[in-house]
Amino acid sequence: MNKTWNNKAWWMVLPVVLLVAFSAVIPLMTVVNYSVQDTFGNNQFFWAGLQWFEEIVNSERFHDALIRQFIFSAVILAIEIPLGIFIAMNMPKKGWAVPVCLVLMSLPLLIPWNVVGTIWQIFGRVDIGLLGASMKALGIDYNYTQNIADAWITVVVMDVWHWTSLVALLCYAGLQSIPEAYYQAARIDGASTWAIFRYIQLPKMRGVLLIAVLLRFMDSFMIYTEPFVVTGGGPGNATTFLSIDLVKMAIGQFDLGPAAAFSIIYFLIILLLSWVFYTVMTHLDKQGQKS
Amino acid sequence: MSLTVDHVSKVVGRDTHIHPTTLTLAAGSLNVLLGATLAGKTSLMRLMAGLDKPTTGRILWQGQDVTAKPVQERNVAMVYQQFINYPSLSVYENIASPLKIRGLPKKTIQAKVHEAAELLKLTPMLKRRPLELSGGQQQRCALARALVKEADLVLLDEPLANLDYKLREELRVELPRIFTASGAVFVYTTTEPTEALLLGGNTITLHQGQVTQMGNTLEVYRYPQTLTTAQVFSDPPLNTLSVTKQNQLLKTLKGQVLACPLALQTLPDAPYTLGFRPHHFTLQPSSPHDLAFHTQVTVVELSGSESFIHLKHEEERWVALVGGIHDFPLGSAITLYVAPEQVYCFNEQGKWMSPPSLAQAA
Repeated sequence: MNKTWNNKAWWMVLPVVLLVAFSAVIPLMTVVNYSVQDTFGNNQFFWAGLQWFEEIVNSERFHDALIRQFIFSAVILAIEIPLGIFIAMNMPKKGWAVPVCLVLMSLPLLIPWNVVGTIWQIFGRVDIGLLGASMKALGIDYNYTQNIADAWITVVVMDVWHWTSLVALLCYAGLQSIPEAYYQAARIDGASTWAIFRYIQLPKMRGVLLIAVLLRFMDSFMIYTEPFVVTGGGPGNATTFLSIDLVKMAIGQFDLGPAAAFSIIYFLIILLLSWVFYTVMTHLDKQGQKS
Repeated sequence: MSLTVDHVSKVVGRDTHIHPTTLTLAAGSLNVLLGATLAGKTSLMRLMAGLDKPTTGRILWQGQDVTAKPVQERNVAMVYQQFINYPSLSVYENIASPLKIRGLPKKTIQAKVHEAAELLKLTPMLKRRPLELSGGQQQRCALARALVKEADLVLLDEPLANLDYKLREELRVELPRIFTASGAVFVYTTTEPTEALLLGGNTITLHQGQVTQMGNTLEVYRYPQTLTTAQVFSDPPLNTLSVTKQNQLLKTLKGQVLACPLALQTLPDAPYTLGFRPHHFTLQPSSPHDLAFHTQVTVVELSGSESFIHLKHEEERWVALVGGIHDFPLGSAITLYVAPEQVYCFNEQGKWMSPPSLAQAA
């Protein structure tokens, strides 16, 4: 085959190159620029090499935040995925209750992050919040500003309240796409409810479940606004997740060099995890097409 | 063994899905439920299976009332138009699933699965998952699951509708042979009259939730007791013509006058509907007694060996199926002939009026 060469085609690529340059490459490069230098006011920069990176990677503060972050994401997935499946399976399949249910389920998803945080911050207050005051009235010692466990429970419950409906709605869509004939066939076979779940519903939901897991993992791994509004990362550093720690470092302490290095490491971790998830997903998908 | 549907009806809300129906299906018999989409074939089948409870009436199995018995206790097998298999299980496990639930020993299961797989040519695919198979193989897997169950009642709901032509022909021949040998009552739904004729056995014609006729397939085809049955059991559709009999003449609505065929001369003077099967039309008269119709061509479809000529006759739209290629230009006027003994005649209530002797030719 004879290929025609036409260098004018490069002009077609140019808009994308410019767009990506301004939206991603150039901002990222500023961060890279900060991460390898030290600044002392007056815009004076001194070459620091990989010093900040070494400092971050070896800092206990970073390790703690990273561990907290992984624990948080694991807890979120362990609760939201099974709960979402359970809710989806118990949602009405037809009739007037379907739209009502769908709207109710979507409501938490429509509320902005910081509003969710504010709602829960007030909700949990011991003096005026419905939750906090009720707990106090019941004689339960609940105070998310002082007790580490209470702070974690509040943040986790808040995230579950905010995002489980996403998982439920995705699973519901997956369940709705299963033809009625599958259930009939299983009934004729005399299959148990568990067998129907295990051998029909779960395999048929796998596609949407993978998306749900990916979305919830990435989202919870980057969580910032809600815990920041509710606990501000406290008590102490108990709910200081990676992004909260990063903001403290960059804006609070104005340590631009280490914060830039932190950003890049955080970014690389997310990139790596995304890649792992993507690979696992496409791999499973290939198997899924076979299975 | 026999299945009796006794005055069974199904009403959902304000819609009557199945009008009161009484049928008896014998063991080892092949029964084709024939009707258009939404005629109630699947509804009737679900009632037979016990997936739905009838609004009125009873389902009897060997004379015993099983109306209240849930489907899993009835030993029923059902195959659907969609290929329904457990997606995450292998073909082997799929076929074995009804036996496992029954708690048979492993060795028996293994023997039965291999036997069924052999019969349905699935032996090389036993380790694969359903979605790794072609459509025809997936459906054969579903059929094998139904087969190993050794059910008393086997229900096949348009099992071949989603398969390609070649596979359909192949399975259509195999299916009755495989299942009727098991002595089960075998019910098969289809929308295609041709499929009913190819399968043989008995045919039950359904129209808008009503069984219009049941009997030996050829018998139903040859002697449709009502106009509706004739219409359900005709593909391409039955051509009809409303006439009024007066003395020995038939007058169409537009005032055309036809000589009354000999066999219909004994009928009282009244309005009738004449029916002509598409393949009974000829382009040349076979005898001087043939009825002749002047028509206009609207569409011609050529299938190679046959031509489907769509026509306009007065106000009716007709189809003639004639051998060979006849590529008439659109709008051209042609004369069609039909032998008088091949004319179906129905009275105003749609009841068959032609003397039976006439229908022999049909």
